[in-house]
Amino acid sequence: MLSNTEKELIVQIWDTMIPVAEDIGSEALLRMFTTFPKTKTYFSHLDISPNSDHLRCHGKKIVQALAEGARNISTLATTLAPLSRFHAYLLRIHPTNFKLLNHCILVTLACHMGDNFTPVAHAAIDKFLSAFSAVLAEKFR
Amino acid sequence: MVEWSDSERKTIASVWGKINVGEIGPQSLARLLIVYPWTQRYFGTFGDLSNAAAIQGNPKVAAHGKTVLNALDKAVKNLDNIKATYAQLSLLHFEKLNVDPGNFKLLANCLTIVAATAFGPAFTPAVQATWQKLLSVVVSALSSRYY
Repeated sequence: MLSNTEKELIVQIWDTMIPVAEDIGSEALLRMFTTFPKTKTYFSHLDISPNSDHLRCHGKKIVQALAEGARNISTLATTLAPLSRFHAYLLRIHPTNFKLLNHCILVTLACHMGDNFTPVAHAAIDKFLSAFSAVLAEKFR
Repeated sequence: MVEWSDSERKTIASVWGKINVGEIGPQSLARLLIVYPWTQRYFGTFGDLSNAAAIQGNPKVAAHGKTVLNALDKAVKNLDNIKATYAQLSLLHFEKLNVDPGNFKLLANCLTIVAATAFGPAFTPAVQATWQKLLSVVVSALSSRYY
């Protein structure tokens, strides 16, 4: 459950990431590929080397989707329905991988925000990311 | 048996050398208690844990956070023997403290995130990967004596 303060904090954090969406998203992906090499198996058709166009492009999409989700937090399931169908039926990603990316998103935000990534912000974003990936995985079963 | 490359050994020594145990330890334990509130069950004697500010200002949380992070020094100094190094501590967490080992991983993740806030861009993906390899070996060692 997210309090109103947490919801505002989540929107605010993702809005500040929109102008640097490519950087943040691609960094989170690169961290995931480096720390959890098995996640690369889903991207064998793309060039995922540091700073590649594919990496930056997909990273940007992720941050934009997160920001859109943050603005529609009470209707996450309907807002993300197309994305959920895509991940469940077309991409068929094992849902544990969403947790690995979530962790790397947290680390990326921590690196960029420093002390501004307070424990309260950390908790709010962690809950939001769990809710977000639960929606992405819910079409599986 | 875990293998460590020379560059991994160097990275671990360098990260550990820059970690201020008195700051990072308390912050990591506080984050664990704030972000994953079920972990508060193990700290019933710690007094006020009712909100984020109380947890961050709680001297027992700070003291224990420091103790926990100091225990990581043993891993850094015994990279080739981590499992045996933590055998007793693992037994203690199982038999006496009754801690669900799933929580060790959450603390490790909080520690990584606090390190990221402290190091900023210097905490590169490669450094993160090596650091988390160390923590995952420690977490597995701490979980290894549950029977």
